[in-house]
Amino acid sequence: MKKTLSASTKSNLITYAMLAVIFAVVQLLSVTGNLSSLVSGLLVPICMYIILAVSLNLTVGILGDLSLGHAGFMCVGAYSSAIFSMLTKDVISADLLRYVLALLVGGAFAAIFGILIGIPVLRLKGDYLAIVTLAFGEIIKVIVNNMYIAKDIHGVHFAMLTSISDMGLDEGSKEVILNGPQGISGTPQTKSFVIAFVLVVITVAVILNLINSRTGRAIMSIRDNRIAAESVGINVTKYKLMAFSVSAFFAGVAGVIYSHNTYALQATTKNFGYDMSILILVLVVLGGIGSIKGSILSSIILISLPEILRDFQKYRMLIYAILLIVMMIVNNNPVTKAFFKKIFGSLKRLLPKKKAAEKSSEVTQ
Amino acid sequence: MTILETKNLGISFGGLRAVDDFNIEIQKGELYGLIGPNGAGKTTVFNLLTGVYQPTCGTAYLEGKKITGKKPAEINKAGIARTFQNIRLFSNLTVLDNVKIGLHNHYKYTTASGILRLPFYFKTEKKMNQRAMEMLKVFGLEEESGYLASNLPYGKQRKLEIARALATEPKLLLLDEPAAGMNPNETAELMKTIRFVRDHFDMTILLIEHDMKLVSGICEKLTVLNFGTELAKGPTEQVLKNPDVITAYLGE
Amino acid sequence: MSFLTYLLSGVSLGSIYALIALGYTMVYGISRMLNFAHGDVIMIGAFTLWTAASPSFFPGNPGLPTAVSILISILVCTLLGVLIEKIAYKPLRNASSLAVLITAIGVSYFLQNIALLIFGSDAKAFNSVVSFPGLEIGGMKISAETIVTITVGVLIMVGLSLFIKFSKQGKAMLAVSEDKGAAQLMGINVNSTISLTFAIGSALAAVAGILYCSVFPQVSPYTGAMPGIKAFVAAVFGGIGSIPGAMVGGILLGIIENLSKAYISTEMVDAIVFAVLILVLLVKPTGIMGKKMTEKV
Repeated sequence: MKKTLSASTKSNLITYAMLAVIFAVVQLLSVTGNLSSLVSGLLVPICMYIILAVSLNLTVGILGDLSLGHAGFMCVGAYSSAIFSMLTKDVISADLLRYVLALLVGGAFAAIFGILIGIPVLRLKGDYLAIVTLAFGEIIKVIVNNMYIAKDIHGVHFAMLTSISDMGLDEGSKEVILNGPQGISGTPQTKSFVIAFVLVVITVAVILNLINSRTGRAIMSIRDNRIAAESVGINVTKYKLMAFSVSAFFAGVAGVIYSHNTYALQATTKNFGYDMSILILVLVVLGGIGSIKGSILSSIILISLPEILRDFQKYRMLIYAILLIVMMIVNNNPVTKAFFKKIFGSLKRLLPKKKAAEKSSEVTQ
Repeated sequence: MTILETKNLGISFGGLRAVDDFNIEIQKGELYGLIGPNGAGKTTVFNLLTGVYQPTCGTAYLEGKKITGKKPAEINKAGIARTFQNIRLFSNLTVLDNVKIGLHNHYKYTTASGILRLPFYFKTEKKMNQRAMEMLKVFGLEEESGYLASNLPYGKQRKLEIARALATEPKLLLLDEPAAGMNPNETAELMKTIRFVRDHFDMTILLIEHDMKLVSGICEKLTVLNFGTELAKGPTEQVLKNPDVITAYLGE
Repeated sequence: MSFLTYLLSGVSLGSIYALIALGYTMVYGISRMLNFAHGDVIMIGAFTLWTAASPSFFPGNPGLPTAVSILISILVCTLLGVLIEKIAYKPLRNASSLAVLITAIGVSYFLQNIALLIFGSDAKAFNSVVSFPGLEIGGMKISAETIVTITVGVLIMVGLSLFIKFSKQGKAMLAVSEDKGAAQLMGINVNSTISLTFAIGSALAAVAGILYCSVFPQVSPYTGAMPGIKAFVAAVFGGIGSIPGAMVGGILLGIIENLSKAYISTEMVDAIVFAVLILVLLVKPTGIMGKKMTEKV
């Protein structure tokens, strides 16, 4: 018997090849000096968006639950890691080591929040889950905006709902770390594209491997039919929590990239609020729900396009909104579905069957 | 040896007694039928046995151990697997994956070794694939292993559901109207398959069915439900001759 | 300010939430969907009034009288609600809740960005539609807006309850929300009943928008988002799908919000409101007056 590559392995290889090509192209452009400062400034944020979209796709596409709090987990990762880096910047002198630790701290904090939030929330379904995750995201933002952390010779001080001047710090050695709504300024910066790209590869690999494993199958079985999954002995809560916390972990990692790429870190609706969660959802939906490749591509295109075409910026969200509605209707309405099938029928036969390939797992023949 | 025993099992929905005082005893290897008119509470009995509903009174025992109060997943682990009246497959997954999910609790590796692709992952996945293909062969589905479950024809979907349930290695298999929507040829084939499953896997089977040919053809014992209560029970021929049963089915 | 004043302005804010929550709850009851765009209809309502009443913005508009402007605003929103349902939601009636929810988010974003393009992101000063002075009873000041919102809120809620209970269309709504197929077999026009539900919900949203912007006198493309989400919290609090639930939930939430603003912290008030939602869902997911729904196996 001969071993042949299964559809999913093939699809995964294409994904990795795609990432390799992207990396090569960017490096080539940068070596030959063809990278404008605008584009090179976009590289790290694009990596961040890819991580956000791929990790949200785990919740939305693989687990089948709509979370509108992804930016909240990103916020937890950003703040916890920035605080960590601020506190340790004099202790750990090796930048890379400190950054790696910051990544782990940010990811871990976000994952812990994911579990804490997930336990009560994942019992809920559909609309309720969406609105509660949204609510949690907003709560996290409000709390972060009312937190104060400072350091002096006596140690590290923490307070809520006050101000730095009311914390009774030693004036001579006072060092502000987190100043309520003013946020954190002076986080040691790590703006390396290579590191961010490595993080993208790790995220993609972990999530693809997870999907094509026993755990991933259990998660997808819950998505397809919760009652049937329970009937074959799948612990629904356990696997939902697992998907949710892995997703939160990587949102946290993206937050770390963000906070170490932003000198003055503040939590607003645009970066850590509802708007951000929706933008990530747009990336996932327009890339194709459940398609990791799609999430990567849509992140690259949808984030860089408005920056490059400035005129487009103004209409960006309007166009995304329309695309979102059109995509959903085209994909889910029986009439339009049949219509497009008819038109693209011949075209589709030429293309590899994306859906089947993505969702099947290894078959050894 | 008694596989399943229930004592006074009952449930009410907002005052309505959907199932009342349900007692059954199934021995190992038996093919037991649960019949009755529409709305008699047959599927409700299955839902009580598998933990989808919690009974308002009474207890169920599997091999003498109490299963009432457990969650559906725990009851499956304890040894009851089922199919559904309205087929519930994992429709966006392949036929093979559907069975592999049934094997979930018997072939294990940690999530970490799955993510890190440790050798144990490949070894276990290979074993799972082999076992799943064996199961599919029993039901003549090996050709379709790479299809999405939703793309299977109706009859094969029913078979896949049975294969998936069997993959969980149950002690008792519950089949909810396995012949629903099948033509006479398919039903005849299904009867063979059910008998084969019983003999090949040494399985105990409790099934709900409306097709009297299937019921009288393969069931050794029957319980008849009507309006949530037991109307008759015993060996098949005896029960089917019972005047009460005939009245319930055909009317006065 | 005294406790009673806080309480009263809480009831006033709560009445607005209740009006919005009614729209959520009615739509949820009939289509089993969370109309995410409902909050943005509020904003469109407020902007329509602003455009109609202010002399400068629309060329050639001398600035219509308040009563006419209010009517236009209600009309525009009613039409908008029906259109949204026809264009975006109707094609997805049998689709997964995930698809419907994403569409609703798309509609919400569409409305916000249209407003952003037309009116810009700066908040516009909104003139209160209430033009008479407030009352003073025993040293306690009650603003005119408070009196108007509570009165309007109570009138609408009573009217709506009577409409649903006694009118033919109201009963049709109840039937459709119970079972679409059966209702159709009984000769009820399901499509027009759903349209009517969206129309009423959106008209209420317009009224709520006008009242909201009279109390907090400004309007921007983001005006609808927060009250929209909070009203959803109120609808869940009261038990989604239940009309008296939406009223009770709305008023309770308004009181909770105002009292925590007064006695706990202004900054944390949103967090507290959302914490209420989470608490309710944990303790009693069906809300105060909701029915339990079980999945059929």
